[in-house]
Amino acid sequence: MEPKLFKYIWHHSKREQLAILLLVLLSMPFYFLSLDLPKMIVNQGILGKGFSDPLDSKSFLAMDLPFGELLTGAPVTLFEGFTLQQQGFLLSLTFSYVLLYLINSGFKYWINTGKGRLGERMLRRLRYELTDRLLRFPIPHMRRVKQAEVATMVKDEVEPLGGFIGDAFVTPAFLGGQAITAMAFILVQNVYLGLVAAAIVAIQAYLVPKMRTPILRLGRQRQLTARQLAGRVAEVVDGAVEIHAHDTSNLERADLVSRLGRIFDIRHEIFQRKFMVKFVNNFLAQLTPFIFYGGGGILAIRGHLDVGALIAVIFAYKDLPGPIKELIDWEQQRNDVQIKYDQVIEQFQPPDILDPSAQDPDRDASDPLDGQLSLSGVSLVDDSGNHLIKSISFSIACRDHIAIVGPSDSGKDHLGLLLASLSEPTSGSIRVGERDLTKLPQSVTGRRIGYLGQDTYLFPQSVRENLLYGLRHKPLREPKETPERRARRKAWVAESQRAGNPTWDFEADWTDYEAAGASGPEDIDERILEVLNLVDMDDDAYRFGLGGFIDAEAHPEIADAILRARAELPKRLAQDKAENLVVRFDPDAYNKNATLAENLLFGTPRKQGYKLRDLANNELMTKVLDEAGLLDTIIDMGVSIARTMVEIFADLPPGHPFFEQFSFIDADDLPNFRGYVVKVDKQGTEALDPPDRLALRRLPLSYSEARHRLGLIDETIETRAVAARKLFAARLNKLDPGAVAIYDPEAYNSAASLQDNILFGRIAYGQARARDIVGKAMTELLDTLGLRNIVIGAGLDYQVGVGGKRLSATQRQKLGLARNILKQPDLLIVNDGLAVLDTATQDKLQRRVLERRVGGGVIWILQRPQSCEQFSRVLVMQDGRIVEQGSFTDLNKPGSALSDIMAAE
Amino acid sequence: MSIDEEVEVLRKIPLFANIEPAKLKLMCFASQRMTFNPGQVLCGQGDVGDSAYIILEGKAEVVVENHAPLVVAQIGKNDIIGEIAILCDVPRTASVIATSELTALEITKDLFFRMVTDFPELGVEVMRVLAHRLEHTTALLLEARKGAK
Repeated sequence: MEPKLFKYIWHHSKREQLAILLLVLLSMPFYFLSLDLPKMIVNQGILGKGFSDPLDSKSFLAMDLPFGELLTGAPVTLFEGFTLQQQGFLLSLTFSYVLLYLINSGFKYWINTGKGRLGERMLRRLRYELTDRLLRFPIPHMRRVKQAEVATMVKDEVEPLGGFIGDAFVTPAFLGGQAITAMAFILVQNVYLGLVAAAIVAIQAYLVPKMRTPILRLGRQRQLTARQLAGRVAEVVDGAVEIHAHDTSNLERADLVSRLGRIFDIRHEIFQRKFMVKFVNNFLAQLTPFIFYGGGGILAIRGHLDVGALIAVIFAYKDLPGPIKELIDWEQQRNDVQIKYDQVIEQFQPPDILDPSAQDPDRDASDPLDGQLSLSGVSLVDDSGNHLIKSISFSIACRDHIAIVGPSDSGKDHLGLLLASLSEPTSGSIRVGERDLTKLPQSVTGRRIGYLGQDTYLFPQSVRENLLYGLRHKPLREPKETPERRARRKAWVAESQRAGNPTWDFEADWTDYEAAGASGPEDIDERILEVLNLVDMDDDAYRFGLGGFIDAEAHPEIADAILRARAELPKRLAQDKAENLVVRFDPDAYNKNATLAENLLFGTPRKQGYKLRDLANNELMTKVLDEAGLLDTIIDMGVSIARTMVEIFADLPPGHPFFEQFSFIDADDLPNFRGYVVKVDKQGTEALDPPDRLALRRLPLSYSEARHRLGLIDETIETRAVAARKLFAARLNKLDPGAVAIYDPEAYNSAASLQDNILFGRIAYGQARARDIVGKAMTELLDTLGLRNIVIGAGLDYQVGVGGKRLSATQRQKLGLARNILKQPDLLIVNDGLAVLDTATQDKLQRRVLERRVGGGVIWILQRPQSCEQFSRVLVMQDGRIVEQGSFTDLNKPGSALSDIMAAE
Repeated sequence: MSIDEEVEVLRKIPLFANIEPAKLKLMCFASQRMTFNPGQVLCGQGDVGDSAYIILEGKAEVVVENHAPLVVAQIGKNDIIGEIAILCDVPRTASVIATSELTALEITKDLFFRMVTDFPELGVEVMRVLAHRLEHTTALLLEARKGAK
């Protein structure tokens, strides 16, 4: 990258910089006019200078050719102007003033937006370049990169550059011009005073930057410490388990505090020095008038200096310190951002960064990898000089199934990375057929080789997106175009180009369906299901699907299928005599297995304020309950519950786990409720205050008769609750439609999960093994109805979470394998990629992968040598060397290295 | 059956006879009432036991699976079963199978231990019941030895 920030800015933005400069120059005359005009308004307009009496008239806006008299000998009038009387003249002047003000504001607007845009464009360019370089960091270097630090660099540290870039050239040009004019003016008035002023400016210009040097150094330290702090904070998050498990949170606190202290010290010193500089600066600026008044005054008294000239000098001087000071500030800022720039780009120049052409998506990748994969004299040495791989040479067929085994320190995992072209050998060559593997661009290696390492990274997207990730190399199909989008896209592309960014459309379809053996988005799910079956993830996806959501409008066929299952479920349960295990939602009946709130809402809340726990505060619900004559009943229920809770939890100490698990009331609130109960017993419910009533009303909402068995819900309450439910639904439909997806036996509920849609009710409490029986019945039902794949399809939308954290480690590895199988690479390299699975599953998946990849290459680096029997060829590694190779039967003999390793297991 | 009725049932069981009703109510409230159909298994021999059952209604038989299943006892209302497995972490020593529709209060291990630690009088009662059983078993053993001689 360009080491000099200024050069970088100039190189990429000279046209815009010049345009802004021109704009500034154009604005100057108007600016000076606006400074002059108030004087004219007062002197001529109001005081009537030049008018003999108010009725006298004068020419307005008369214009002479500048220097006309000098050129032609007589004044040349370009425009005679309008002849106006004093009042008219005054009004014209004031209107001109407003007009000038508008023009000036207009200029300011254009200049500022221009600068802002320019700065942002450069910032965009810089950020892109940094991320682009990050993407080209070689994998071995990536291990040394701290992600939080890189993130702060790209996001925060370059931010101030954007503000500066707009001013990079305009400010010095503009302020410099001002300062030089003022200086020249003083010099014209009096050479000696001018020289004095110049001398002091020179001292200022020399001294101040010098004093600022340590500040810059401190600024650099501050940037580094702040960046490291960001890195440490990220480590605290990453190492959370270790920190809690080892009780080292206080060590971490101490570390963070010491860093904060260092930042404070640096900051403190910066302040001291900065304000010292300001002090000196101000002092020097005030020294000049002192010399003018004092020295110049004495000269004037003695008659050596004309008083008029002295006053002119003093007046001219008032224009000098401002620009000088700002110039010095600008210089300071320049140094500051240069440091920031240096510090950032330094981190983005690893020695062996990939060439951009290695990642060019349009490089030809049509030639399959075939023939022999041959290594000759391949060695790998790490930064600390360890020989990880020692001059390995072998040749294998690309389409063969190869196992590489060896002890864990044999270097086999490094060999895996080399074969996948993810790291480069220190010496030696790796060739595929006629081609040099290390010279192949990623468009070939990344599409024709599959690589599964020990830890698979999953992006925080859906399962489907993660599986398709390996097929997304470049935009292949245009997204749906609307005229607005096309226009927006055109502007977007133009702006991207101005900032030197590539213009690939992220919203386009990047997925190479053909590479996965599908013809398009329509049938890719079939391929995905196949692969999920292969890696034994279909059951997981099925479960995700049951707990997942679909939009009934977007997928009416799935919704219909699920409704069919809903209708069939009771019949299926009846076969097992288990029909009483599910109590369905019936719009006309109270469901004892659901809470009162669920019975009243009778739907899935979609909006805040309609959540079950917020229902007591919901105005509409309160009104409906009042009309249904339930409000007082609910308060009575609340009193009953409170009485029971007070009775049975009275002796338990606060913080007892029972409160959390079973109580309707927090331990802290129990005394309040005891108070309410006492009050009601003495004075009746009328004595309760509104907040008490609200607290009591909240209790019964989570009461479920079947579960809590306090005998509070009788038939009258049931009837009224059902009436209230209907009233509520009708009102809601008018007032806030869509806030709650009301349960409708005939309709799919998009706000509820697939499982809830099928179940459409509650599993009965207190029925032995109800959950298992119902779950099994549901699974069998979906199978017989042929809906299993539909559910799995819905499960593909399951979000895996950050880094796949919502999946288990085994699921992550299986998905990683599935992603590689789906891609159908010419050569699949599995670098001990199933290590977290149990050995039986490892063997099973290994066998399935090999069966599926008949005719395709597989290189499997195995942790357990036992399973290498399935491969046609085995390479045995020890201490960075290949010590044996051949078929399993050839090698599996007493005394061979392979049998030694197997015996050691 | 509401909680209050369950409390009444529990009070008739000797183990709980001396416990305050409020505490019994807490125990009922904190435990689940389970309904079993005839033929359903309350606990299976060899399983890890994580709860005891107090039978509120219905009948069940205790079956020991040795070469062939052998019914060793009939149990019914007010009986408590499965307490040994939760007390000493051994697998269930026998299966209990419902012979009629059966309702039982399921007391989880966690709940049981909490109740015993929070209300020591319950612990004493449990000891008393176990001691009685031990005495009964010892008597049976002596009788069996006499018979053998």
